[in-house]
Parts: sequence; C-alpha cells; structure tokens
Amino acid sequence: MDHLDELENQSVFILREAYKNFKNLAMLWSIGKDSTVLVWLARKAFFGHCPIPLVHIDTTYKIPAMIEYRDRVAKEWGLNLVVGKNQKALDEGMNHEKGRLICCEALKTQGLQGIMEEHGYTGLILGIRRDEEGTRAKERYFSPRDKNFEWNFKDQPPELWDQYKTSFAEDTHIRIHPILHWTELNVWEYILREKIPIIDLYFATPEGTRYRSLGCAPCTGTIQSTAKTVEEIVEELKNNTTTAERSGRAQDQEDTYAMQKLRARGYM
Amino acid sequence: MGNNGSAPDLSSRLLRLVIVGHVDHGKSTLVGRLLSDTGSLPEGKLDFIRDICKQQGKDFEFAFLLDALQEEQEQGITIDTSQIFFSTAQRKYVIIDAPGHKEFLKNMVTGAADAEAALLLIDANEGVQEQSRRHGYILKLLGLTQVAVVINKMDLVGYDEKVYNNIKTEYTGFLDSLGIEAKEFIPVSAKLGVNIAALKDEMPWYKGTTVLNMLDQFEKKPLPDHLPFRFPVQDVYKFDGRRIIAGRVESGQVKAGDRVIFSPSNKQAVINSIEAWSVPEQPTSATSSESIGFTLDEQIFVERGDVCTLQDQLPIVSTTFDANVFWMGKRNLEKGRKFIIKLNTQEMGCEVLEFKKAIDASTLETLTGQNYIAKNDVAELTLKTRNPVAFDLFGSIATTGRFVLVDGYDVCGGGIITTYTPTTKTDKLRDEVRTRDFNWVKSEITPEERAYRNGHRATLILITGEPGTGKGPLARTLEHSLFENNFQSYLLDRRNVNLGLGADLEDPTNSSESESARRLGEVAKLFLDAGHVVISTSNAFHQEDQADLRLLANPYPVVEIQIAAQPTGEPDIALSLDEAKDAIKAAHKIQEFLKEKKILMGHNYSI
Repeated sequence: MDHLDELENQSVFILREAYKNFKNLAMLWSIGKDSTVLVWLARKAFFGHCPIPLVHIDTTYKIPAMIEYRDRVAKEWGLNLVVGKNQKALDEGMNHEKGRLICCEALKTQGLQGIMEEHGYTGLILGIRRDEEGTRAKERYFSPRDKNFEWNFKDQPPELWDQYKTSFAEDTHIRIHPILHWTELNVWEYILREKIPIIDLYFATPEGTRYRSLGCAPCTGTIQSTAKTVEEIVEELKNNTTTAERSGRAQDQEDTYAMQKLRARGYM
Repeated sequence: MGNNGSAPDLSSRLLRLVIVGHVDHGKSTLVGRLLSDTGSLPEGKLDFIRDICKQQGKDFEFAFLLDALQEEQEQGITIDTSQIFFSTAQRKYVIIDAPGHKEFLKNMVTGAADAEAALLLIDANEGVQEQSRRHGYILKLLGLTQVAVVINKMDLVGYDEKVYNNIKTEYTGFLDSLGIEAKEFIPVSAKLGVNIAALKDEMPWYKGTTVLNMLDQFEKKPLPDHLPFRFPVQDVYKFDGRRIIAGRVESGQVKAGDRVIFSPSNKQAVINSIEAWSVPEQPTSATSSESIGFTLDEQIFVERGDVCTLQDQLPIVSTTFDANVFWMGKRNLEKGRKFIIKLNTQEMGCEVLEFKKAIDASTLETLTGQNYIAKNDVAELTLKTRNPVAFDLFGSIATTGRFVLVDGYDVCGGGIITTYTPTTKTDKLRDEVRTRDFNWVKSEITPEERAYRNGHRATLILITGEPGTGKGPLARTLEHSLFENNFQSYLLDRRNVNLGLGADLEDPTNSSESESARRLGEVAKLFLDAGHVVISTSNAFHQEDQADLRLLANPYPVVEIQIAAQPTGEPDIALSLDEAKDAIKAAHKIQEFLKEKKILMGHNYSI
C-alpha cells in the first residue's frame, strides 16, 4: 500500500460514513481539481456510481470553460447535478467591485445557503484540504455549522479513531471533508495515477501561464508555468514550491484574517 | 482498495507526529522553527507573519505560522489543533500541533489520537506542569508510546545542565509509572533555534541528538496485517444487481473463498468476490486499512455494526466489559445515566455499571469514593451495553478494542477495552449458542422461501408482565387471530414444555432453574426454524430468562409486548393494564405493528 492508497482508503471510508449517516446529503462540486477528485473517490466508494447529488454554486462570473466542462462530465459520468445561484444578489448587481469579501459571501456563501435550504440538505461534502491555508488546517473531517451557517472554530468537536460527529441538532448541518488530509501534490499524483479527466485551465498556455486554483474570472489569477500535462504539474510541484497554492485567489489577500472571516460565516 | 500485487512502499507514507505539553511551553514555536529551519515555508510567509507581529506590537512569533486564528494570535495561545506538512531529507511528516491549555483537551486528543509518535514539550523555566502529566497519561491511553521529551526555553535558565537533569529525573519517574520510556530528553531553545535542526555550542554537556534527527529515528507504525481478520460492516449496497458488503479491513487479511462469520448475529457465508471499481486488476484479497466491498455466496441478512471475522478467530461478544475512559464532556460521566457507545460501526445505548477507580489525570491520584468523573479526568470502569456488542481487547487488536461515548449530540469520551471476564450465565449461554449456530445443519429450504410461502417471517413474540396482567388470554387471542388470517402461529406454553421435555427437572417452575428456560428457548428455536410465528409469555420477574430466550432465538427477531402500568426497559409495544384487558383490540394492535415491521407480509400467491 503506497501513500495514495492510504489517502484513498481513508477518503472512501469517510464518504461511506457520510452516505450512511446522512439522509439528505449533497456534495459541492466547484469543477476544480479537488472536488473533481472527490467525485472520482465517490465512484470508488460506491463501485462506479455517485449516489450523492452534486451542487454547483454558479456565481455567473465563473470562467466560461468551467461550465462547458461541468455539463460534459456530468453527462458522461451520469451525475445528478444541482445548480445554485443567488439570483436576488445578482439582480441587485452584486459583483467583486463592491468588495471581494462581500461578493464572495453573497454569491458563494449565500448562494449555497439558499440551495441547502431549498433541498433541506443536512450534510454537505466539500473538497477542502488542510494544506490550503491556516484555518482549514484546523478543520475536522465532520465539522458542524449552526443554523446561521456559522462555524464555531473555537469549540470544535473532538474527533478520534474515525468516530465522527454524525448527530446534530435540528436546523444545523455538518460539513464533511473527505480529502482534508491530502496535499496539493497528492491530488495531482492521484489524478495522474487514476487518469482523471481534469479541466484544461490547469495546464499552461503557449504564453506560459496556468491556473493553479480556480475561481471566478475577475478574482482568479494565473501563475507562470510551462507545465502542459499532469506529469509536468506533478514535477513542478515537487520541485517548487515556495509559492502558496491560493496565491492567485484575490479574496484571500483582502485582509489578514480574510479566510477565517469568510469561513466562520459559512464559506467553503 | 490498493493496487494488488504492487510492492509496499513505506518510505512514501508519511509519519504522523504530534507535539504536546503544557500551555505556553512553546509547542507552536517549535513547529514554526522546524518549518523555518528546514526551508519548508512558502515564499513570503515569514514576511507576512513579521508584518502581523509588527501590527500587534509583538516580537516575531514563529507560533503564528500555525496559530492562524485571529483569537490565537491575539491571545498568544493555540486554541485548536493544526496539521502541517513537512519533510526532512529522510521522509515526509504531518506535524500535529496540539493545544496545551486545559480548556482545549478535546482538541489535544483529536490531534494525538491518530499520531504515530509524539514530542512532549516541557518549559525549562517552569518545569513539569499539570498538562505535562495529563498529556503523558492521555498518550498512554491512546496507545501512543513512541515519545521523546523536549526541554524548551533552555536559554531562560542559562543552558544549565542541572535544570535539565532535574526535569529529566522527575519526568522519567512519571513516565515510568505509565510504562512509557522516552527515547530522548532534548534540551533546546525553539525561539533561538538551538538543537532544533543543528546542535549548537550553548550546551556542550549534551551528547544526544537534535529534534530533527529524533524525528527521523521514529518508526512508522506497521499495519496490523498479521493480526486476526476484523471487518466491521459499514454499509450494504445494491449496485448493478450485486449486493455488496462495504467496510474497512481493520486488521488481518481476507480472500475470496474464505468462510466468514458475522458477530454478534453468528451468521455465516463464504466470500464470493472482492469488488472494486476502476482498478488495473480485480482484487482477490484485501489487507488491513483497505476500504473494500465484497459479495457473499448466500443472501444472508447482514447490516452495519456486524463484525466480520474468520471462524477460528472470533471476537468477544458481550454486554459488559472493563475499560479505561477519558472524559471531555461538559456534563459529568456518571453512573446510571445513559450514553451512546460508538464501537467501530456499532452504535448503541450504554451506561456505567461500576466505577472501579476515578483518577485525576494531572496527578494520577485516585479520587476515592467518586461515582463520576468530570471533564479532563479518567476512570477505570465497567460498561454495560443495551444489546451484545462484538469487540476485542485493546491490547490484542487496538482498532476493534476502542470506542467513543456520545452524550446528547457530542462525542464526550474515549476509551479502550482492558479486560473481559465471562461471569454471567448469559455470557456462557452465548458461547453455547455460537457453537450451536456454527454447527447447525441447514435445510434445503431457505428462511426466505418459507417466509414467502407463509406470508410472514419467523418471529418470536414474547408477552411479558407481572402475574395476573392478562398475558395468557392475550397470547391465546393473538395466536387465534393470526391463525384466522392464515398465518402459521403457535402458542408455545412453558407449562407444556415442562410437562414433557422438563419432566426430569426437579422444580422446573423455580425461576432460578435456568435449565427450564434454556429448553423452552431451544424448542422455540426449532419452531422458528420451521418458519412459525411463535408466541410465548414470560413473567416480568424473570428478566434473565427473557435475555436467554432472545439469545436462543438468534438469529430470528424477537418482539416484546409488555403489559405494565409503568413500562420498563425498551419493549416494542407497551400496553397499559386497561389496554391488555381488551385482548381482541390489543391483538389487533400487535398485528398492525407486525405489518409495519414487515414481519407479516401477506400471501403473494393463491392456491
């Protein structure tokens, strides 16, 4: 058993715990590499099937290629896709120029909140990882959110021996993080091993840039890179990496504690 | 779900290391220093931290690298455990920084629970403190005994060898009492980088190794492949016409063709195939820590919580066992209150039967005469579960010998199973039933075929209550009305069993005469095997007999109808004394319940 097997086995275990313990469960699919790996892991856990609906929060500012890729893969893999949008905020003209954190909260957090209320989901699976940034490093695999969607990071439940928080009060929900223990490099190594089709925005253009993390077009920048294939990305990450993965994500840089503030209020 | 046949590559698996110790003894600083001195930080991260410290008017704090929460940085303490990836020239690590404040013990436990090695920090200036000891004890309880002690802040005591020796002697004594042997006591200054990545000149008297070298000497925990096979069932799926039993191999190995037993139900079958999706080659075997799925040669009823093993390596099955428990709940762990135990995938009501010893984990002092423990304390106690559970002793198979306790919505305690002594009559009977079930000669006609023919599943209906509550009349009415509806019902009257089968017993009516109950149970089992709905009555005083009957009826379901003014235990149907008086109405209610539970299914064919 190598380290990728070890990671996969743990993630499959968590996905199955989530599927068994939550009647109304959904998985967030941002179209990025992490949540696409998550969908793949679900198919591993459930023997080629993904019995969990996939929620995509469309801010309408996403890079257009992401929507094309989403619809194609959903069809090929037979996925049950649920698209959420904060139409009210969009109608009122919400965009990043009103402030990045305000925009993220309105279009992503509240967009998510809307669709969760509509469908009554009590469990939400997300592809966040500990190595992404400091507050995610403190996350649990099963992480409760209160009825206002808030994360009480100062009083998290204990989590030991793979016994997770699966009972919770009405009107609250649990965030489930099956790849919390993976690193960015692990994700790419796994994509390489499993030959998972990944959106080509991650691969370098002839001009020598690529996306390392995907988000909304106005707030997501590219990095200098010549990595045109998954193999080359794995090599690049092995030899690098002194730049942070989310360095191209403008909202993170808005404030010293930007991610803590966003995430405490329900952001992914 | 590993790639079968590929050589194990241990070097690529990372070692999980936890850093524990009293609050403010410098754990987060040590981690920050390790990251910085090994060049593991992203570009600009140190500048970023330098800026935050400046904004807050503080000296540079390595701790801010991990203490990412605003509250943590402002108060200068770690609130929650943090995990960070790190590598030396030798291998990769995940470093778990655990909070040292007593308030956050549950976060420390979370961090330490699945670590393979620990660094325990002690401040040279403050010496051994409350959490130094408590954390040591918790490590032992978690089964984490690969420990090195780091004596930090040596710069504050002038790098004095005497201070180092005193702490070393005191803490060695404490670890000895726990049965832990520290691999090394390393004197350091995390803040100034002394003896972290390189041995510095400040303490020429120290002949040991650096922290970084120590890490590389820790050993990766081997997978428990050599232990007996344990597979707690996580779920059962039906995909593409296959019925797949899903779960994780906690220990040992299994292969297609192996005969397996499910405990506590004692059901058995042969593994037909091991299932996997999108793998280079379909697996035919599985080993520990693999999340797998398999199909069986027979469609037996298996559910989450069952523990699958090989026949000659059975787990213990019981309702009582001794355990060491640590408590993290806001409310006390006390005798008589009900909790939920989660033991692998089993989940069930339980309570503390007896506190053998309540212990203050910071001093290891016994809290005499205490029938509860408060937050942050530990106890040696006996637990009792509502129904039998399958488990192992922590000392033999760790993963199936540990559990958590849930109070309300929250995990509040963790424990390891230390001993089990089959003392009760029921424990002994259970062993007998196991042997009976394994050797039972099966009919060509399956229980499903009988159920289809009869329009109902074989079930034991046990009517319980005190004498004179109308158990007999209700039993007769129920037998008759089931019969009228074309079901195969039979009232198994204990008196009849005693007249014939019990004729050799001296006083079969004596409640202490357990042999009479055993015979009744075995006869019931035969009727159940023939597919009947068997009705029997039992005196409320004979609690033990009822437990025996349930055990003997295994694997058929038992439905308890209790007639009482105040119901006790958890009957399936509770009838008041008045309700029981109207036997026809009560029998109707029971039948509706049986329909709802899909025990009565109705006939699917006409003759």
